[in-house]
Amino acid sequence: MTNPAQRRSTSLAIISTGFVVLWLMVAAGPFLWTLWGSFKVQGDFFSKADWTNALYGVRTMVETGDFFTTNGYYGAWVEHGFGESVINTTIVVVSTVIISLTLGTLGGYALARSGFKYSFWILMLALVFRAMPHITLVSGYLLPFFEWNIWGYLPTSIIVLVAINQPFTLWMLHSFFLNIPKDMDESAMVDGCTRFQAFWHVIIPVMWPGVITTGLFSFLLAYNDFAVTASLLSQDNQTMIPKIASFLGTTQVEGNVMFAVAAVVSAMIPLFILVMFFQRQIVSGLTAGAVKG
Amino acid sequence: MPHRTFFWFIIPSLAAMILFIALPVISVITQSLHVEHEKVLISSENCGPFGCKQVTIVDVAATTQLRADQPLGQFSGFDNYTNRNHLAFDEVGLAWEGSENIGIFIKKLLNLPFYKALAFTLTYTFVVTPFVIVLGLAIALGVNALPKFAKGPTIFVSLLPMIVTPLIGSLILFWMIDGEGIIGASIQYLFNDPGLSLKASPALTWMMLIVYGIWHSAPFSFIVFYAGLQTVPADTLEAATIDGANRWQRIRYVVVPYMKPLVVFIMLMQLMDNFRVLEPIVSFASEASATSLSWIIYKDLTSDTQLFGSAAATSMLTIIGVAILLLPVLFRTWRDFSRTAH
Repeated sequence: MTNPAQRRSTSLAIISTGFVVLWLMVAAGPFLWTLWGSFKVQGDFFSKADWTNALYGVRTMVETGDFFTTNGYYGAWVEHGFGESVINTTIVVVSTVIISLTLGTLGGYALARSGFKYSFWILMLALVFRAMPHITLVSGYLLPFFEWNIWGYLPTSIIVLVAINQPFTLWMLHSFFLNIPKDMDESAMVDGCTRFQAFWHVIIPVMWPGVITTGLFSFLLAYNDFAVTASLLSQDNQTMIPKIASFLGTTQVEGNVMFAVAAVVSAMIPLFILVMFFQRQIVSGLTAGAVKG
Repeated sequence: MPHRTFFWFIIPSLAAMILFIALPVISVITQSLHVEHEKVLISSENCGPFGCKQVTIVDVAATTQLRADQPLGQFSGFDNYTNRNHLAFDEVGLAWEGSENIGIFIKKLLNLPFYKALAFTLTYTFVVTPFVIVLGLAIALGVNALPKFAKGPTIFVSLLPMIVTPLIGSLILFWMIDGEGIIGASIQYLFNDPGLSLKASPALTWMMLIVYGIWHSAPFSFIVFYAGLQTVPADTLEAATIDGANRWQRIRYVVVPYMKPLVVFIMLMQLMDNFRVLEPIVSFASEASATSLSWIIYKDLTSDTQLFGSAAATSMLTIIGVAILLLPVLFRTWRDFSRTAH
């Protein structure tokens, strides 16, 4: 026997599950579609006649004699040197993450442990800095960088990304440090440690989860950046994202959109792997500022 | 912690921020008051058998020399702010006098590059932000009701639109809505109009950019709300149920009040991030129908003749815009802080 209230909650559950399923299709569909389509020829991926061509690869069969083709990947990686930009991205991202975390842990720790009013103002200032659109800062850099002849090189972009990253890193690490009891470092200092020794030997070992979470977000910022790397790097030193943007112009003209599609899929895969392994950290990082604050 | 120790801990981070965020703002202000040197012209009289002619030629060497010596250009006061490409006071005045009604005036206003970009940026910000908050809460409530084993994979998939690089995410959508892509072709089929193109119509382009914005940011608000839902005490919900509250009333009167601070947080982040929208406009190549403030700065900086003065003036106006947008939230935070401090 079911009462009306239960029956209504069943229909509600169906609606709510249906809504989630719909959302999942909207969220993942475009990626799956593009991943699948990147192994097809342009005539299939952009198939006006019949959209199922993209699924079954009709034109791909005709043009290449195989169900799947890696022509797009060959074009992007071999003909257009996408590999170099992957190396550049690796250099930029790894350096940015390491430097940001070093500066950020020191600063975040100080902000969490000092009771002075000015630490609040530094955090507010960081929030204001966080609000600055990146491209407005870039318009401030370009002219001086040209004058000093440091435009176009990877280290310049790395330092700029570290600085742009700092406000966020400070906020996040600050809130993680607040969760670590003050007694820990204070008792270490009573035992004769200096402040830095207490920080290094006592606090950092228990801070790893927070550091990893913050590192993930630094990684994402550096990896996903377009404004800074597109305007501060020369053609030879381009990282992946600006490289893809410059692909658009050239491949559209040559009719090689599939090169760009392949490059896009190549750049997207590392992010998927990242989310797969660090899902819990990303979720806790997104909410660190909100739920506790 | 003594001031001295605090200083040594914070200085590397603070120095990075001051050098690369605060000083560039000063550099932007300076640049915005200057304009590129005009070309150096030489006039000479060229006399031939049929009389003399005044000839003006560009002295390329002198121009290059002058531009190299003074890269900043020449001081121009607030010209950069008031010229046609920015606030365009003269053109706005003319448009105001020459228009019979407000509609025509707005139409003329939106033909000016700065106002066109401002209109889209503001529309994007104020449409995307509320949609993201409502959709995120809806997804969070839906996911929260799922059985436990399904939650992990659901969250994984939900994170993707936000984690993936904005340029890439918007490109993927752009290829799908292309006239020959799957969504574009389906829409043409549905409306039985083979000429229908999402790219050709400004209204549809705006819509697509906004849809992209919501798709990209909804995961963020979903995650924040989802984490918030875990903190709603079960006792309170149970008490409400015993008191006869139905599901909707429980959400309205128990869950939503708990979500209030989260809404403020999401709003703050979303206002900041949506106001700087740049990548989708590059990906969609939508400059004919929609531009944003960030995009016009980007265009000035990356065109062949880089217009530093013009880019700097737009940057200043953008920063002022961000300040106006965030002032209410910052003021609120400050008030809360000083209330708890006393």
